[in-house]
Amino acid sequence: MATALKRDEIQPALKWIGTRPVRPDGVDKVTGRARFGADLSLPGMLVGKVLRSPHAHARIRSIDVSKALALPGVKAVVSRDDFQDMASEFVPAGEMLINYRDMVRNIMAREKVLYEGHAVAAVAATSDKIAKQALKLIEVDYEILPHVIDVVEAMERGAPLLHEDLITAGVEPPPTEPSNVAKRVEFAIGDTAAGFAAADIVIEREFTTKPVHQGYIETHACLASWSEDGQAELWCTTQGQFIVRAHCAKLLGMDISRLRVTPSEIGGGFGGKTVVYLEPLALALSRKSRHPVKMIMSREEIFKASGPTSGAHVWVKIGATRDGRITAGEAVLKYQAGAFQGSPVQPGCMAAFAPYDLEHVKVVGYDVVTNRPKVAAYRAPGAPISEFAVESVVDEIAGELGIDPIELRLKNAAKEGTHAAYGPRFGPIGLIATLEAAKAHAHYQAPLGPNQGRGVASGFWFNIGGETSVTININEDGTVTVVEGTPDIGGSRASVCLMAAEALGVDYEKVRTIIGDTSSLGFSFLTGGSRATFSNGVAVKQAADAVIKEVCARAARIWEIPEDAVKWEDGRAVPAGSNAGEFEPLSLADIARMAGKTGGPIAGHAHLNAQGAAPSFATHLADVEVDKETGRVTVLRYTVIQDAGRAVHPSYVEGQYQGGAVQGIGWALNEEYIYGPDGRLQNAGFLDYRMPVASDVPMIDTVIVEVPNPRHPYGVRGVGETPIVPPMAAIANAVAAATGIRFTELPMSPPKVLKALDEANGAGNGRG
Amino acid sequence: MVKHHVSTTVNGDPVEFLCDPDQTLLDVLRDVLQLTGSKEGCASGDCGACSVMLDDRLVCSCLVLAPEAAGRSVETIEGMADGEELHPLQEKFLEHAALQCGICTPGILIAARALLDRNPDPSETEVRYWLAGNLCRCTGYDKIVRAVMHAAADIRADLRGH
Repeated sequence: MATALKRDEIQPALKWIGTRPVRPDGVDKVTGRARFGADLSLPGMLVGKVLRSPHAHARIRSIDVSKALALPGVKAVVSRDDFQDMASEFVPAGEMLINYRDMVRNIMAREKVLYEGHAVAAVAATSDKIAKQALKLIEVDYEILPHVIDVVEAMERGAPLLHEDLITAGVEPPPTEPSNVAKRVEFAIGDTAAGFAAADIVIEREFTTKPVHQGYIETHACLASWSEDGQAELWCTTQGQFIVRAHCAKLLGMDISRLRVTPSEIGGGFGGKTVVYLEPLALALSRKSRHPVKMIMSREEIFKASGPTSGAHVWVKIGATRDGRITAGEAVLKYQAGAFQGSPVQPGCMAAFAPYDLEHVKVVGYDVVTNRPKVAAYRAPGAPISEFAVESVVDEIAGELGIDPIELRLKNAAKEGTHAAYGPRFGPIGLIATLEAAKAHAHYQAPLGPNQGRGVASGFWFNIGGETSVTININEDGTVTVVEGTPDIGGSRASVCLMAAEALGVDYEKVRTIIGDTSSLGFSFLTGGSRATFSNGVAVKQAADAVIKEVCARAARIWEIPEDAVKWEDGRAVPAGSNAGEFEPLSLADIARMAGKTGGPIAGHAHLNAQGAAPSFATHLADVEVDKETGRVTVLRYTVIQDAGRAVHPSYVEGQYQGGAVQGIGWALNEEYIYGPDGRLQNAGFLDYRMPVASDVPMIDTVIVEVPNPRHPYGVRGVGETPIVPPMAAIANAVAAATGIRFTELPMSPPKVLKALDEANGAGNGRG
Repeated sequence: MVKHHVSTTVNGDPVEFLCDPDQTLLDVLRDVLQLTGSKEGCASGDCGACSVMLDDRLVCSCLVLAPEAAGRSVETIEGMADGEELHPLQEKFLEHAALQCGICTPGILIAARALLDRNPDPSETEVRYWLAGNLCRCTGYDKIVRAVMHAAADIRADLRGH
């Protein structure tokens, strides 16, 4: 059984990791000084605006921009003709694959518009007003086509086709007719028929979830400036400046070295800022107008034209023996991809049964295009949907068998050595530790009142590593500057400073970390996949080791002894032993001061592909009260228990747990995209797309379990994504306990809950 | 369209600007006066990222027309610290990690100060309802509410000390 090891058992006497200092970028963020995407301006700057499709599906017969171009103050207009068509080619971006043929069509419609809000043209003008006026002068001739919004309807024969040449991949033999099903995937181990035959109880259910938006408060924004010599600078809010550079250089047909992308502070992303929307348009407009061009999306545009995550239809079947051993699990997942293929159905399949040690599993997934905005990554993409369904059925089985839901999970929990249905064998993992901690938590024993219920759910996410560059510069006074390549979305500069301070043995206050632009550092993959602290930690340790080797060599030169006669101890160079001679220890500051005379500037670099990322498991407890008059579900108490591997800055680890849980509460209870029969989004604003506000939620208790990742220098696993996986099931299970009604459709919004309560004739004698 | 000439006070300083009659106070703060600490998250008064004080009133500056600021006093996040000394709310937000991305932070700090100016001893529920007009997508509000309560306690202790 995995147990949480004490910090000192892993790495004795860590001085900085695990402490909670003020983050280095903190003061700028409480004084308004921090500069986000929309906060930069340049002389001669123009305003860029996008004309968007009012139709869910239409063929573009023609686009006439002549009247817009003739308007005084309009400096450039771009449309489909300004972007080269691209070959079909899949490249990784975030945790999803991107096809440039699709991307060039998503940033600017070509043959057809595929969703309301699809970009059709963009203008750059001297003022906001003139730009808006110019949009009205662009004449687009549309041939309106039938559309399809719902995932199940989109899969039906005869459904309107988004792409007339789309043949389902992953099916043998390949279908002869095109459809809206882009891909079929399957993950299976064992023999589920045999597994179900051995079961005493089998439950199967169908679930529906709605697309939900990442809901970052900062809108997409960028500022592009193209020079006459074909070089360009781009300032933008993004989770990955190097990914933006790669996409934009490709879409604009330029050498990568000619484009310098500087990431602004980022006002939330959650996966949604791993792709490009405005950036290539701003660059194209700047290239055409020879002016800097600033573009900002409105909130309405964000809802209509940037990626939410998939809505889905899920079927789950689970069998178990009377004593609570799960004998088999099957699921079929149908995920909306939006207008272009690439839903997170594959990770959804892989994650579905990952918390369980099962012999027989079969999961089939379908990636389905619909007339909606193309989905983008959202925190643990795909997993919250499939695990909501599985964790709901597991809860129902526990109820039917009369077994405590934590005990049932403990009987079946994945552990070190478990062969996951999606392929690998798990190393040391913390699921059982989170379940034990949940069972022992005061929350689990607390009494409940009338119309109240308690729910439990576990969750899993893979976590990734990937390409990472870090530079550590030792300044002339011995202070330390670290350059990392991943935007700081929630305190990672503080984590990097802590790990650098730990590795070098210097004071946290002497270390400052900045985020490099794309021309100041080697390639780094984006902030996503819960990889930033994990990957940067690997790179920081390697770069710090290079620094230590160098400063020891400098001390050896000063002392005139061999390099291997010097060691680095507690932030100082000391003679390695009595044979090396008697010398006063040299601090980093001492050595830095003399650097000019001992060989020049001191720095350490690391450029690597970080391996050894390890999954993070969680168990959540939720108490709810259901108002029988209104159908409102109130979350009364919530506890997140998750394995962090190692919490570098525990406050920001807790923050990830709390923030993910509350996003999940929104997903469970209120958030949804609502479309009319005309294929238009009816709630494209924060008033009608109801994200949780402070008065909607209680304090979110957290327990950080630490089962160190043996393949990271500090035991880090990555924590950002798992917290959004369990909430939907934890709350649905709590609602079931409170009402006796099993909700299989999200969100469990008041009208839906009230209807179900009325249908149950007010019977509230729950099982909870 | 003829521009309006507006004289007002921003963070204690006299300020003059020209604006269109339909331009918002937020746009003027950000684009004309270069005070970009106030953020636009929705432009419809739903997210509170643009919260400022207009005289003694907490407002969403995206819902205020810039000419309405004439002859009045505007306070933004840029005026919250007293020289090098941070406001207790700013201190507590840092100490309690009450921000992750930081985009909502200016608006929340302005709104929280308006609460504590009225009620230096709010309950958790009062803090939550007062801040219900300020969306934060990162933190789940837990650390924000705690930081406000801690700042309130500091301010009360300070008041008792004087």
